[in-house]
Amino acid sequence: MKYLHDFGQYFIMLKGVFSRFTKWSALRKLIFKEIEDLIIGSLGIVAFIAFFVGGVIAIQTALNIDNPLIPKYLVGFATKQSVVLEFAPTFMSIIMAGKVGSFITSSIGSMRVTEQIDALEVMGINSLNYLVFPKLVSMMLYPFLITIAMFLGILGGWVASVYGGFSTHEDFVTGLQSDFDAYQIFYSYVKTFFFAIVLATVPSFHGYYMKGGALEVGKAATSSFVWTSVFIIILNYLITQLMLT
Amino acid sequence: MITVKDLHKGFDGVPVLKGISTVFEQGKTNLIIGQSGSGKTVFLKSLLGLHTPEKGTISFHDKIYSELSVNQKQDLREQIGMLFQGSALFDSMTVEENVMFPMEMFSKMTTDEKRDRANEVIKRVNLINANKKFPSEISGGMQKRVAIARAIVMNPKYLFCDEPNSGLDPNTSILIDNLILEITQEYNITTVINSHDMNSVMEIGQKIVFLQHGLKEWEGSNKDIFKTDNKAVTDFVYSSNLMKKVRKMYLEENK
Repeated sequence: MKYLHDFGQYFIMLKGVFSRFTKWSALRKLIFKEIEDLIIGSLGIVAFIAFFVGGVIAIQTALNIDNPLIPKYLVGFATKQSVVLEFAPTFMSIIMAGKVGSFITSSIGSMRVTEQIDALEVMGINSLNYLVFPKLVSMMLYPFLITIAMFLGILGGWVASVYGGFSTHEDFVTGLQSDFDAYQIFYSYVKTFFFAIVLATVPSFHGYYMKGGALEVGKAATSSFVWTSVFIIILNYLITQLMLT
Repeated sequence: MITVKDLHKGFDGVPVLKGISTVFEQGKTNLIIGQSGSGKTVFLKSLLGLHTPEKGTISFHDKIYSELSVNQKQDLREQIGMLFQGSALFDSMTVEENVMFPMEMFSKMTTDEKRDRANEVIKRVNLINANKKFPSEISGGMQKRVAIARAIVMNPKYLFCDEPNSGLDPNTSILIDNLILEITQEYNITTVINSHDMNSVMEIGQKIVFLQHGLKEWEGSNKDIFKTDNKAVTDFVYSSNLMKKVRKMYLEENK
């Protein structure tokens, strides 16, 4: 029953986010601040993880090919497919649920605990629009982050393959170029778009409706990570089923 | 002036406010007092529109809040200033930005005009050299002053204060009390203060409403409270020996 209530409240929250808009000049500043916190602030960790995981994918693929009938370019092909289809959009979003999601929940939760949200409401400001809308808009740049993850993941795979002696430059590039399907890129970006909405709104929901003190802020951040991950994984399945079958 | 009639509010079927009626007068400091759990905070949040009453009405100068349109409610909210118990300053903003915030949201002033007005009220609450500091860099007393400055920057008609003295030393408490009293009289504001501090009750309680178990048990001024024989009020206000002695001295002096 509680889950049903929370699910309904989540959609009521979304309605609140798009009603009684805050003054545009204030929203604009908030959107730029959120872009800096959520997108620019995540560049480092995304780049680091993407590069090394891309390298690991390439090495794992190369080490598991012991049949001489399998072409050498498969290392590049498998790296591209893994990174573009799953690693960059989905795996990276789970990591971002921990990084960005916890940040959003704890920052909004702290504002709830210290009555800053009540202060906004008393002033006549729609706190949901003021707090959540800029996060949602800034997360529309999330596909940019995922593009970087795709590029660096493949670059990591290339570096690991070529300099690790698992593949040649020519074989790896041939693998990247073989069976290229633009629809798969489109599918990845559709997923990324929906994950961006989940990453902005589910942690906001957990922060906004939390009750209690500092300890509960920590609990809300943990709960937010779990539920954001669950939603991402369910959405991933549904979108894949709808678009690739 | 704020008129409350037969206000009821409960949570999960448990009644908290059980029919409160009173009037908070303009240009006066109106104090709500009572034991923990008596419904003071719920009452204050209901006045602020943060809780929706189950029954009863709250009127701001004869305008019934629940009957106002969304835009009228918005206009009314712009006339309300609030001092929260923990100050509720925005952590990511400096003192000056916090005070300018309501103007950024609702005023059409230029940036210079906003800054001038912010500096005027910052000066009014006796804050010096704190404009560029963040809330975490100033003391609790200074944070309360910033919160008062933010609450009055839009020239509100109504000022609400939730435990303005909590966590402050006695000297700072007196300074904050006097500041609230001065501002109330200077700007002719209807001020409603939720307080536990008996010193505030005696010093600035121009009108006092005593709540018990969600009901208004007694109301009167800080002079009346010395003379009342209401047992619930005397048990609460004169619970310490010091307060008993103060009352005895006052009554002897004013025979």
